[in-house]
Amino acid sequence: MAPSLLFYVFATALIFSASGVVFIRNPLYCVLCLIVAFFNSAALFLLAGAEFLALILVIVYVGAVAVLFLFVVMMLDISEENSEKRSLSSYIKATGFLAFVFALELGFTAYQWWHSTKVNDLTAFSSSLKTSNTHALGELLYTHYFYVFQMAGLILLVAMIGAIVLTLHPQKKQQVKKQNISEQLKRNKENSLKLVKVEFHKGLEK
Amino acid sequence: MFIGTSHYLILSSLLFCLGTLGVFLNRRHVINVLMSIELILLAVNINFIAFSADLGDLNGQIFSLFILTVAAAEAAIGLAILVVYFRNRQTISIDDASQMKG
Repeated sequence: MAPSLLFYVFATALIFSASGVVFIRNPLYCVLCLIVAFFNSAALFLLAGAEFLALILVIVYVGAVAVLFLFVVMMLDISEENSEKRSLSSYIKATGFLAFVFALELGFTAYQWWHSTKVNDLTAFSSSLKTSNTHALGELLYTHYFYVFQMAGLILLVAMIGAIVLTLHPQKKQQVKKQNISEQLKRNKENSLKLVKVEFHKGLEK
Repeated sequence: MFIGTSHYLILSSLLFCLGTLGVFLNRRHVINVLMSIELILLAVNINFIAFSADLGDLNGQIFSLFILTVAAAEAAIGLAILVVYFRNRQTISIDDASQMKG
């Protein structure tokens, strides 16, 4: 009784915080909603018996990714005022159609699963293992999936180097050429082109 | 009451649809789109965990771990690109990014 009630509580909170991420205008509140969503899904992982992944989710997502998002939101000067007041864009029809198709397909799959003959209670999974979840995952990860594990490390290394290379300031600031659009548009024939009549045998006098 | 795989599947499909909606609906900042992509990856993770628990197979959790790794790398690279873009253009609005469309 209690685990299923907990599932509904956390699932409701997850859906609400996810809609907060999508529909709230202020990016700062979006990031905070995202953190709440990660916590709730970590609780759902715990209910399904994946303890290690639940804690990893909290550590990696809340501790690293969400903080990264917060850092970027606060560092970049994003004000809501200079974005246009356009809540629903012109893509609403395509978006609605796409979401409808996805919901239909996924709902069909879930319905099929609902009526399948073999039904397990997911909240009773963790007690059926002989060793702890972390122990079992480690045994699998370091033996059967060892090369894939190494590749994951390589991906993280590439991502780290890429992020540093991308954001490192060049020594001289003027090496980055910026486009100044108003300057560009102000330039016209009068202030950039000068016609000079050069006299024969005299050349251009300074 | 009884929590089966279908409960988790319905939850993750709802989350996935919300994420897709966020990607297409948010035409203001690139950062909202990145957050919606994180939501989509979270839905995929929930799917993997649910099937792993249902089938009693730990391979799904291993895959979920790799998805987490790739998502972290993707977020780092995406935000780095965002910072560079903001440094050059002073804005991260999506509508401004289509300037080269002609």
